[in-house]
Amino acid sequence: MLKMKDVTKVYRTAMVETHALRELSIEVREGEFVAVTGPSGSGKTTFLNIAGLLEEHTGGQYTLDGVDVKGLGDRDRSKLRNEKIGFVFQSFNLIPDLNLFDNVDVPLRYRGFARGDRKARIEKALERVGLASRMRHYPAELSGGQQQRVAIARAIAGDPKLLLADEPTGNLDSAMAREVMQLLEELNAQGTVVVIVTHDPEIAARTQRNIHIVDGVATDLDRGTSLVKTPATVKKIEEVRAS
Amino acid sequence: MIGYYLDLARRSLRRNVALTVLMILAIAFGVGASMTTLTVMHVLGSDPLPGKSQHVYAVQLEPRQARGYTPGEQPPWQMTRFDSEALWKAKKADRQAFMTGGNAALEPQRAGLSPFFVEGRWTTADFFPMFRVPFLAGGPWSEQDDLSSARVAVIAKSLAEKLFGTVDAVGKTIRTEKHELRIVGVIDAWTPTPHFYDLSTGSYGVTELLYVPFSTSIELKLDRSGSMNCWGDHDGDSTALNAPCDWLQMWVELDSPAKADAYRDYLVAYSTEQRKAGRFQRPPNVRLRDVMEWLEYRKVVDQDAKLQMYVALGFLIVCLVNTVGLLLTKFLRRSSEIGVRRALGASKRSIFMQLLIEAGSIGVIGGLLGLGLAYLGLWAVRQMPADYAELARLDSEMLLTTFALAIASSLLAGLLPAWRACQITPAIQLKSH
Repeated sequence: MLKMKDVTKVYRTAMVETHALRELSIEVREGEFVAVTGPSGSGKTTFLNIAGLLEEHTGGQYTLDGVDVKGLGDRDRSKLRNEKIGFVFQSFNLIPDLNLFDNVDVPLRYRGFARGDRKARIEKALERVGLASRMRHYPAELSGGQQQRVAIARAIAGDPKLLLADEPTGNLDSAMAREVMQLLEELNAQGTVVVIVTHDPEIAARTQRNIHIVDGVATDLDRGTSLVKTPATVKKIEEVRAS
Repeated sequence: MIGYYLDLARRSLRRNVALTVLMILAIAFGVGASMTTLTVMHVLGSDPLPGKSQHVYAVQLEPRQARGYTPGEQPPWQMTRFDSEALWKAKKADRQAFMTGGNAALEPQRAGLSPFFVEGRWTTADFFPMFRVPFLAGGPWSEQDDLSSARVAVIAKSLAEKLFGTVDAVGKTIRTEKHELRIVGVIDAWTPTPHFYDLSTGSYGVTELLYVPFSTSIELKLDRSGSMNCWGDHDGDSTALNAPCDWLQMWVELDSPAKADAYRDYLVAYSTEQRKAGRFQRPPNVRLRDVMEWLEYRKVVDQDAKLQMYVALGFLIVCLVNTVGLLLTKFLRRSSEIGVRRALGASKRSIFMQLLIEAGSIGVIGGLLGLGLAYLGLWAVRQMPADYAELARLDSEMLLTTFALAIASSLLAGLLPAWRACQITPAIQLKSH
């Protein structure tokens, strides 16, 4: 589903070159539920942005559902993002002026679905997260957990193959966090690939695999094998295991 | 998607009413002021003979005495009677007419109607086809009528209705200075703007009701009007054939540039010949200007009106710059929403279109308000003591221009902010939300 091989990301300014990812290699297969963990500044968010086609990688190869994304123009990247990926953010990122129905409608508008199709998908998605009765409410009228459920409804309304969640429980209390995780697990059980970036070991423990990123290099902790090949990376893996 | 973008624009404009009103007012005032002055300019500088003005020329010769001669100066803008009649008789152009303004006291035969003065034009037969004068009944008099000083006249529709209660007045007679003139044609309402063929009797709003052959006006000693310049002794009769006075306007129609060049050569040859004969004392100095060149040369468009237009357009630019700033603030404040939309599948182009349509919506509302302000501005112009004041009204062309200006202005103002907004990096916005 998602395959990165020796992916690098370098941010350049006039004075400084920052290497956010160094030969990162990750593969997430169909049906998986994966947690991406790592300390702050390790490159988790950069990985998520590149995986979500929100940023372009500098080097290496990234294939999303069989499509090599290198060199795609903005229009094609946007189309691919819209069709294949659903996003769930830590701070929900609902549009405050739009009610729940219209919020969930946003990705469907860009997909070009007909009005009837959109309506059916929105209702189904909101029903799926248990908020169908509140579709005319505005985000400000909901609790944090409910807002995150709306964000999940928005992410799944277009039936994406991949759900990318950036600290989806970071702003929620533990009860709401459990509720959201349960929802993500259900979606995964129905076939959606879920990749969660998280700091929370409890959340990571609930996933099938845990990919740990340190200094822009990934280690697959559960399988105990490095997905990268350089000697430096091997050394890093050993450090991580030791810690 | 246009409908969706319009709906988003509506929501966005309602979100911050004060900012929206400010932008709409900026566009409205800029457009209102510009359209007021542009309309005045449009009226003042419009082509009075559309589609034909490039083929119709004002003729100028230099018949003045040697004294006071300055090389390079312009010849007089009117003609002597001798030269006008000579050029008219020579028939070197496709059409030719000379003329003067005049006025006549009419003695109506209709009961209850007292004698009254009308403004008129004493001219030759080609005046009517050359200037495309629209006839309701009958037609122009003939060249033979010119030569024989026939007692004929063409009158305007309003005069026919006043005198006879109908426009069907061909064959009827009117009485002036105790002479009877047979009506050969009735013309529809015709007020060329500007009154290009004789600017000495006023540039705007001149309505002539009576047209009489020039030769007849001379025989009947009908009063003439307009300016006159004499440079020699004329024995008390400044309108005599040989009087050294310019007081007539001469116009010719030449259907091609080659014919115009040939006619110019003819005028030089004529001037040379007149100089040899001793009538002209200065070197040949001729001009042949088409209608628009003539209006430009005679500075028909008021310099103050031009200045006002430049000031108003400058004001529009200031308004636009302000709108650019306000839109930039408005769009960039929505960076997080733009980031979310980008993450959910909106391309840069989609965001650009959405924001441009929002800017265009401001333009449409601003344009409507600006139209109201332009009407108000033109009403104010009509209260001014200028001869063009009454003509300062929005026609359909200017109405369309108002909307085009408003929408183009707002789109122009929206371009930079929309472009900047669609360059927003979604990743940064999503994290910092």
